[in-house]
Amino acid sequence: MAALDRVKVLVLGDSGVGKSSLVHLLCHNQVLGNPSWTVGCSVDVRIHDYKEGTPEEKTYYIELWDVGGSVGSATSVKSTRAVFYNSLNGIILVHDLTNKKSSQNLYRWSLEALNRDVAPTGVLVTNGDYDREQFADNQIPLLVIGTKLDQIPETKRNEVLTRTAFLAEDFNAEEINLDCTNPRYLAAGSSNAVKLSRFFDKVIEKRYFLRDGNQIPGFSERKRFGGGTLKSLHYD
Amino acid sequence: MSFLIDSGIMVTSQVLFFGFGWLFFMRKLFKDYEVRQYVVQVIFSVTFAFSCTMFELIIFEILGVLNSSSRYFHWKLNLCVILLILVFMVPFYIGYFVVSNIRLLHRQKLLFACVLWLTFMYFFWKLGDPFPILSPKHGILSIEQLISRVGVIGVTLMALLSGFGAVNCPYTYMSYFLRNVTDADILALERRLLQTMDMIISKKKRIAVAHRTMFQRGEVHNKPTGFWGMIKSVTTSVAGSENLSLIQQEVDALEELSRQLFLETADLHATKERIEYSKTFQGKYFNFLGYFFSIYCVWKIFMATINIVFDRVGKTDPVTRGIEITVNYLGIQFDVKFWSQHISFILVGIIIVTSIRGLLITLTKFFYAISSSKSSNVIVLLLAQIMGMYFVSSVLLIRMSMPLEYRTIITEVLGELQFNFYHRWFDVIFLVSALSSILFLYLAHKQAPEKHMAL
Repeated sequence: MAALDRVKVLVLGDSGVGKSSLVHLLCHNQVLGNPSWTVGCSVDVRIHDYKEGTPEEKTYYIELWDVGGSVGSATSVKSTRAVFYNSLNGIILVHDLTNKKSSQNLYRWSLEALNRDVAPTGVLVTNGDYDREQFADNQIPLLVIGTKLDQIPETKRNEVLTRTAFLAEDFNAEEINLDCTNPRYLAAGSSNAVKLSRFFDKVIEKRYFLRDGNQIPGFSERKRFGGGTLKSLHYD
Repeated sequence: MSFLIDSGIMVTSQVLFFGFGWLFFMRKLFKDYEVRQYVVQVIFSVTFAFSCTMFELIIFEILGVLNSSSRYFHWKLNLCVILLILVFMVPFYIGYFVVSNIRLLHRQKLLFACVLWLTFMYFFWKLGDPFPILSPKHGILSIEQLISRVGVIGVTLMALLSGFGAVNCPYTYMSYFLRNVTDADILALERRLLQTMDMIISKKKRIAVAHRTMFQRGEVHNKPTGFWGMIKSVTTSVAGSENLSLIQQEVDALEELSRQLFLETADLHATKERIEYSKTFQGKYFNFLGYFFSIYCVWKIFMATINIVFDRVGKTDPVTRGIEITVNYLGIQFDVKFWSQHISFILVGIIIVTSIRGLLITLTKFFYAISSSKSSNVIVLLLAQIMGMYFVSSVLLIRMSMPLEYRTIITEVLGELQFNFYHRWFDVIFLVSALSSILFLYLAHKQAPEKHMAL
């Protein structure tokens, strides 16, 4: 158990959607008692069994990097955040089901993390408009999670769920809707838990296994998506 | 008949201001949030509309637009409505939204909101006691009583913002104060930050592994809860759990360190961006302006001190004094009446526009900094309250900048307030605010390069 391999997954979303509660739930299977404002980045670790139940079962560490902030921040804040986006293997996009703007901002969050909106003058090249073709060759697995499901009244639930289904389709990702203060949404065996497990498996596969099934030995990755300066500040 | 036309003009302009306030709310303030309670947006826009109407009436006064009696009527009407909003509606809704955030009191929302409002009224009333703002001729529930208290709060706010703004403006504009930041500094700090994150991760991995092995072995580690739990944990302790709690403490300390490093890195990035900006044309222009503003700031502090020390309240307004100087000393003859009207219009107009714009920008920045999805309603209402009080007191103070013939209407409408007190109070708070901002900025500036050198 000493040296397991690891993958890095970013957890992105607007302020106040519940990223810290979600990460705590994923890593400790307990509800976070006193959520407070995240300054900078908070990291937590989850131990995941890849291909559970099969002979190829292997245990990995999944690092969940919860980066706080607002998507409309100044350029200097964005460049400070960018240091956390090195060598990432997966992204979890979190939005608040009761707040439509947080879902719309997910497009900008994903662009920021995948480094597509950096131009020499710092001006947003894509204008914030989403272009599905840009994501066609995206190799990094995405997962969309909607929080605060309990605060939506029963009557509006269908409308909200159809909207989020479209959102997830845009990202070519699975979606999970839950309430971070209730562990039963991620109980073992539920469809949400299966989706989560599949997502982590996909992340691990993309990182460690080439298409033809060969395993890449773990060494420090220096790729940064989209080019840019080479910053190898990540030690294995 | 003319009264109807005048009222029509006033109502149209009010609707325009309302629309502007609505747009500002939607586009700027609530950019990242969804408006669920439209009441909040309506209240904000209404407050904004009526405050702007007051300024519009001043301008009309100077230009002589509209009938004199209808102007007076609209003044009174406007004032009553604004006071109603500021003293009754907004505080009540603030109390209501604060109570709705607290889950316990959900059932009796209205009752508790009323209780909060009554507390507010009590303190609001008590505010008037230590200040010599009112001649004792007036009854309890008159406009003068309410205006005097609103005026005190508003003038304090204005002076605080002015003082801080007067000092902060040259500090941010001038590149003299910019610290030198190189790319190497930023890279070094980022490296430290990532190293700290790695250390946190490795410790959390150990904790996670330990928890998992304990779970698999069937031991469930219960944290000592309650009084008896703590006493029991003194005598019987599991060896593994002691180790874990030690690691957990280390993790907490490292997390605190990572937060500090992150904030420092953000600071360095911001400074680097400012350095780059100062090399552009716009940056140089602002640097130049900064020198002017620093002279203006020193002049204002000086004048405030003189006013307080020599117990002097300016009797004439700058326009008349300027005209006097040009006529008497420079010997230039021109039509005094005509020019004084236009110059005071321009001057008062500039003061109004810059104060509205400055206030809206400050409010927006403040809102972004402190609001969250739960408290956004309460904060916006608080900002509406501040905005209303600010505008009412700027009407009070603007009286000083207008020539005598235009002051009469304000004096008539606002009743017999001790205007001199307000000016003195403004000077005192301005001085205090400016000096403490200088001290604060000096300390912050001193501290930062030392932290930076210690890396």
